[in-house]
Order: sequence, then structure tokens, then C-alpha cells
Amino acid sequence: MRKILTTIIFVVLATGLCAIPAFLAFGEPAASEMDQYFIGHGQSEAAANNIVTSIVFDYRGFDTLGESVVLFTAVVGVGLMFRSMKGGKEQ
Amino acid sequence: MRMSKIVRTGANLLYPFILIFGLYVIMHGHLTPGGGFQGGAVVATAAALVIVAYSYDEVTGMLKKTAMKARESIGLLLFIGAGIAALAVGAPFFYNFLANSGLLFGMSVPAGPNPGDLNTAGVIPIMNIAVGIEVWGGLAVILLYMLSGIRKEES
Repeated sequence: MRKILTTIIFVVLATGLCAIPAFLAFGEPAASEMDQYFIGHGQSEAAANNIVTSIVFDYRGFDTLGESVVLFTAVVGVGLMFRSMKGGKEQ
Repeated sequence: MRMSKIVRTGANLLYPFILIFGLYVIMHGHLTPGGGFQGGAVVATAAALVIVAYSYDEVTGMLKKTAMKARESIGLLLFIGAGIAALAVGAPFFYNFLANSGLLFGMSVPAGPNPGDLNTAGVIPIMNIAVGIEVWGGLAVILLYMLSGIRKEES
């Protein structure tokens, strides 16, 4: 029963994956208005030659804040896992 | 467990150059490919090299765990501070208020291909430096914690 279910799910997902190129052409995004805006206005608005960096740190700066917080949380988690306590004091 | 003298001498030779290259990638994030995350990872590689070459007790003398933790926290605080500083001048959160202003990193850029100037892009270099410091401290702290865990298993 479980094997049949796994096979059905796998076939559905594989069919979906193979059907994607039929609907979406590779390299042609559905909405390209923002790309042209960034390319045209990035140098004058953000004053940065690197358009990718101006998107990451200026236009989408809030997302980068989330990225940094994710890294901070990961470090805190690793610190909690690997911390060795001795008599209630961190070693 | 420490490596042979050849490995330790090679690590000593390469350590400053890896640091310089990582700091270059961080500092030129708004001109060339790379940025805070990539440059911070390169700088953390220097810490990984020293950790591999030396024993744990020697490494804790060179790379302080508290200093790396402080670096990580200061980087994140500087990043959030650069976002909040835009509120102080009456602009929205994370607005690039230093771009084209003539102040720090405030020169404007001509349109089209140009060689580029380090003194441009407003708050983007400041955020790059902040993220670079944070990634440096964070990855180094992860490496130091994992090394201390391994030593605990062996002894």
C-alpha cells in the first residue's frame, strides 16, 4: 500500500517536473519589468556599479536583514548544541 | 593534534594574504562581484586554515571565542543601525540616504560602463562591511565550537 502510494506521488511529481518546459520557456521570465527598471535606474539611484549588490543591499535590503538574522540564529543554535557545561559554568 | 612544521609555516604565510583578499572582496562589494557574505566566508577560511594546522589549545590563544562572538553581534547591530539611521533623517527604513549626497561614500556614478570609484554607493559599503564582520565571526565561532566538541570526544 505504502509502496504504491510512493510510486503514485513520484510519478505525479516527475510528470509535473517534465511538463514545466512545455509552459515556461527557459530564460524568459514571465514578468521582466523590474529587471529593466533595475538595469536602467540602478546606477543613478543607488550610485553603485554592481547592480546585483544594489538590489541585495538597497532595493531588497529587508530580505538581506532576514538573511543575516538567519545566520545569527544558526550560530546561536550551534553554540547551544556544542556548549559543554561544567558545574553550571560555560567551559 | 597539530600538523607538521611545514603545514604550520605554510598556514602562517598564507593567513595574512587570505585575510587581505577577503577584506578586499568585502570592501569592493559595490564595484566587483562578491560582497559581505562572500568576503566574510573567505576571511573565515583563514580561521579554518589556522584551526586545521594547529592544535585546539594553541588556536584558542590566537582566535578568541569571545572576540568572534562580539564580532558577530557588532556586525548585525551595525547592519540594523545602518537601516535605522535612515529613519533618523526622515527616510523610510533601509533607504539609501547617503547615495549621491556628497558625504561618506556619497559620490554619484556616471551612467553606462565606467571604471568605478570606491567612494560611491552610499550605505551599501557600510552594510557590506557589517555583513562581512558578522559572517567572519559567525563562521569562525561555528568552527571553534565544532573543534571543541571533537576534542571532547577524543580525550
